[in-house]
Amino acid sequence: MHFYNGAKSLIKQNIREYGMYIALFVIILIFSVMTDGLFISSRNISNLLDATGYIAVLAVGMTLVIVIRHIDLSVGFAAGFMGAIAAILLTQAGVPFYLTIPVILVLGIAVGLLNGVLIASIGIPSFVASLAGMLIFRGALLQVTEETGTIVIDDDNFNAIGNGYIPEIARVGDLSLLSLILGVVAILLYIYSRFSNRRNKLKYEFEVVSRGVFALELIFVSAIIAYITWIIAGYNGFSWTVIIMLFVVIVYHYLTTKTVLGRHIYAVGSNPEAAHLSGISVKKITYIVFGSMGMLAGLSGILFTSRMESATTTAGTLFELDAIAAAYIGGVSAAGGVGKVTGSIIGALVMASLTSGMNLLGVGISYQYMIRGGVLAAAVIFDVVTRRKRA
Amino acid sequence: MSENILEMNHISKEFTGVKALTDVSFKVARGEIHCLVGENGAGKSTLMKVLSGVYPYGTYTGDIVFEGSVQAFGKISDSVEAGISIIYQELALFPDLSVYENIFVGHEVRRGALVDWNLTIVQARKMLEKVKLKVGAETLIKDLGVGKRQLVEIAKALSKDVKLLILDEPTAALNENDSENLLQLLRELKDQGITSIMISHKLKEVISIADKVTVLRDGRTICTLDGSKGEISESVIIKNMVGREIEDIYPKRLNKKFGDNILEIKNWTAYDSQAGRNVVKDANMHVRKGEIVGIAGLMGSGRTELALSIFGNPKSYKLQGDLWMDGDPVSFKHTSDAIKAGIAYVTEDRKGDGLFLIQDIKRNITTANLRKVSSNGWINNNEEVKSANVYKDSMNIKAPSVEQIVGNLSGGNQQKVSLGKWLFVGPKLLILDEPTRGIDVGAKFEIYSIMNKLIDEGLSIIMISSELGEVLGMSDRVYIMAEGKVKGELSIDEADQEKIMQLATQ
Repeated sequence: MHFYNGAKSLIKQNIREYGMYIALFVIILIFSVMTDGLFISSRNISNLLDATGYIAVLAVGMTLVIVIRHIDLSVGFAAGFMGAIAAILLTQAGVPFYLTIPVILVLGIAVGLLNGVLIASIGIPSFVASLAGMLIFRGALLQVTEETGTIVIDDDNFNAIGNGYIPEIARVGDLSLLSLILGVVAILLYIYSRFSNRRNKLKYEFEVVSRGVFALELIFVSAIIAYITWIIAGYNGFSWTVIIMLFVVIVYHYLTTKTVLGRHIYAVGSNPEAAHLSGISVKKITYIVFGSMGMLAGLSGILFTSRMESATTTAGTLFELDAIAAAYIGGVSAAGGVGKVTGSIIGALVMASLTSGMNLLGVGISYQYMIRGGVLAAAVIFDVVTRRKRA
Repeated sequence: MSENILEMNHISKEFTGVKALTDVSFKVARGEIHCLVGENGAGKSTLMKVLSGVYPYGTYTGDIVFEGSVQAFGKISDSVEAGISIIYQELALFPDLSVYENIFVGHEVRRGALVDWNLTIVQARKMLEKVKLKVGAETLIKDLGVGKRQLVEIAKALSKDVKLLILDEPTAALNENDSENLLQLLRELKDQGITSIMISHKLKEVISIADKVTVLRDGRTICTLDGSKGEISESVIIKNMVGREIEDIYPKRLNKKFGDNILEIKNWTAYDSQAGRNVVKDANMHVRKGEIVGIAGLMGSGRTELALSIFGNPKSYKLQGDLWMDGDPVSFKHTSDAIKAGIAYVTEDRKGDGLFLIQDIKRNITTANLRKVSSNGWINNNEEVKSANVYKDSMNIKAPSVEQIVGNLSGGNQQKVSLGKWLFVGPKLLILDEPTRGIDVGAKFEIYSIMNKLIDEGLSIIMISSELGEVLGMSDRVYIMAEGKVKGELSIDEADQEKIMQLATQ
């Protein structure tokens, strides 16, 4: 009974978050059944994750932008443009890939800070400022690809970012060994961090969940990590894209939940006036959030260009809207101050799963758009309703 | 036709747990100018909102009899249709629209489905003539001064065939000349048979214009004075406004010892470029260590603006004058500088710019000083919970845990969170802006006790308050502000409610 109540209160408190995981689970289940397991196959899941990468990193940055009550429409073409710059640096300027990447990321930060100037210092609404940016980057992308058209990249190292996998030291049966090791390390790290968290709480004599619930949580999450690892190891193992995506999510997750900076971002989002009176510089936070968005747009451009092994004239089209949709499905609120980067990643995965599953089923593109739109609306309706109930 | 155009009988109105109006009766005779006076929070505005349908029929108890029949206004447009118009302190005009568009907004002159703009302009000109406003009907509102905007509002009311005109502090933002013009206009409208109710803090105006005066206090009708019987005088009004005994709700502080000046301002002026006027004018003030300095004054007298201009100037006023902390000249570029220097400001509007309502208690308490629970930018969550619990316990914040969302707490507990947030900063000088607004008597006492404890711990406090009882009960010294100026300074021994009111209503 004690155990049951503990679990119940845990679910009640986190209904919005769990709802999202459940939705993703249901989508995966439905598609797996309808495709006779093809959806959940190693190959499909690996491809699905790789295809999510460049949207997922944008969604992470967009989450913070929406949390501080702004929007950035320019990131799609900004990513496309910076991808093209990367291609030019690699092919025409002969810059090695290990220099190209940091250059593009710094360029991204500069682009984001420029948005920051317009929005925080001059006071232009972010919708308008980034709409202008969107048009400018679209033009700039066409400009730099005008003469050559599509720029094909032949740098194998660079192309590996979007298409390659972490090295294979050996295969155990059907599985990639290094990926398996990574999965085990992840599980151990997870268990260690949960234990040390619990130990710390006990040291402060705080209440913790009962042992049963705690054990269940550990087993449950470990099992999920193990299962995902097993699926991925069954194909080519972890791709670089997935590693980069995980790295970004983990860094941003800790940044937003554990640091002073993260707390200040959410404070500005929940009440800018109160934040200002609390001694937080709203301007500085706006600069940082847009700077980070620009950097992630650069990263997104690198991931996409590398995946395509080329820079095209239309790269980045509608990326920003996919990222915004992912963030909203993931539970951010336009009213500000609410939303998690982990949620937005789940949102991005929901959207990618829908696309992948419907493609496998041969659903026409017209229906695909309508269904994705419906899911977006449903997610936000669920959000509004559960929020109202709790208030 | 009855003699009274309006009778409000036994009106009571309650907001979750707080009685705003208790059994208020208010009668206005046809063709008179009736003034409604009372301290801030006495219930004047609430009463007028009940009358105009802002609080619809059913959310209050009692009867409204207008023009001889009982009314049940479900929304504002119902009362407008009946012939009641309210002109609020914050004018409801559209600055980018012209005078004629503003006058007829909401009841446009139509021909078929379309608006007849030519006829609108002709009629607007007639209305402008009535209120003696000599500007073109095509002028944009934003090009008019406050006094003229007020006249446009009245023209708008007249265009709706108003029978009862209600003005909420119409002269608060006007200079003397404009005020006199407005009062003269009200007298002329009275001759044309329009009844007016005027809410005002400026007693001299009230005396010059009122046929009758009704005094409200603590949500009750205290008396109605009749000018024709010679009952209206400043001293009688003030006595009735403040008549409450200072009850024993202010905990005593025993050893009063004051040290050196912790804060001093000289010739301090703040210009608000958005409002286009000086919100603080040439203020001189000082606060000593261990002292509670009260700042009394009515709403809009510049008290909050003064506090903000000292506290890092978040509204970006243009400042002039000198500011000293602990005897050293200082100037703060941002609120964070003021906080570092040891000033904390607890806002009057805790929901608006004080608290993060969607966040929990612990985050609210630690936001202004996260450094204390973090190292190298990393927050120690457990340390944070522990710190928040210290304030939850010491201030008796009633909530199941510090993880409770602040938006769900009662006003008194929210105020304690707000206070806790600033004590967590470890300030030397605490500025409390309306520290007990909208909270119940029990919580008030707790807040007062906390204030006394802080003084014992060596803090200094500036307390801005509209409640005279609180000012007199808690302060060691009182400044009185009006129209952005410091109108007077009284030691607690010489201060009484009449003196303060007199200075504040100058």
